[in-house]
Amino acid sequence: MHELSLSSAIVNTVVKHADGRRVTAVSLRVGALRQVVPDTLEFYFEFVARGTVCEGARLEHELLEARLRCNACDHEWSIEIPAFRCPTCGGGDVEVASGNEFEVESIEVEESECIARK
Amino acid sequence: MHRTKVKVVEEALDANNTIASANRSDFDRAGVKVVNFMSAPGAGKTTLLERVVADLPGVRVGVLEGDVQGSMDADRLASLHVPVTQLNTDPSFGGECHLDANMVRSAIPALPLDEIDLLIIENVGNLVCPAEFRVGEDTRVMVTSVTEGEDKPLKYPLMFRACELVVINKIDLLPYLDFDLDRLLYNIDQVHPDVERIVLSARTGDGLEAWREWLIGVAAHEEAIA
Repeated sequence: MHELSLSSAIVNTVVKHADGRRVTAVSLRVGALRQVVPDTLEFYFEFVARGTVCEGARLEHELLEARLRCNACDHEWSIEIPAFRCPTCGGGDVEVASGNEFEVESIEVEESECIARK
Repeated sequence: MHRTKVKVVEEALDANNTIASANRSDFDRAGVKVVNFMSAPGAGKTTLLERVVADLPGVRVGVLEGDVQGSMDADRLASLHVPVTQLNTDPSFGGECHLDANMVRSAIPALPLDEIDLLIIENVGNLVCPAEFRVGEDTRVMVTSVTEGEDKPLKYPLMFRACELVVINKIDLLPYLDFDLDRLLYNIDQVHPDVERIVLSARTGDGLEAWREWLIGVAAHEEAIA
């Protein structure tokens, strides 16, 4: 259900960077720990994007696995279930190396030919 | 017309986090510590506040009450003579299921920041979205109750990891439930190792002292916790 709120956040971020240009695609990096359901996200995005420069844009995402690092023994491992204790030393001081991302990585926009480019 | 790729690389929630930081600065300037108080609907957030807010020695408490609709919770707390500010989420998008930094920002002018030391923001009852949105708090607390099942930490890890304290409520009901408290504590530890936990019953008062002391500790804390 948080996909609706997250879609709004995506649209706001994209609109800011689109600078008035029409957006044809949005690429996301989504960490596994964010518990995002891609289909649901696409569904809401299509809806929230209406009436903005993102209307009709394609939503793409790269899913990043959840990787943890133990601060006590430096062990690094990936998880598929939410078990955050270090399997090597049993320590609880564990950092998320990847999996928390929820980023707009890039957007594809339409530019008219007359705009001078560097 | 042609298409160009534009590199963005920005956390989609950055805008919210920026506003949350602005809120936090306002609260810091006023010398007010802020708790973001979260749970599923019906876990007992309002009752847990009712039981302690009027009785925290040396701490003047204010409550910001977030609800989709209505002021039932705010009315309950206002009867205890603590300042309560109601924040309904319904005008924004047919009733947002969480508070975000901007909603809290809009409520700041209505908050009696000069008259309080501790602001408790009672979030909308929901185990999903509130975990994503910082609102300018110093620390986050979630309540889970023994009627919700031992597996909740595994189903909502985002929420169980987003808080600095987990309150386990309604333990007076344990004799009537097929509920394994040790299993819940084990699951919490799996998802958020070493997170602080308080086991209590808002109804009987069992364990409430620890909750009261924890809040007093937050208000007394000089440095930011989270």
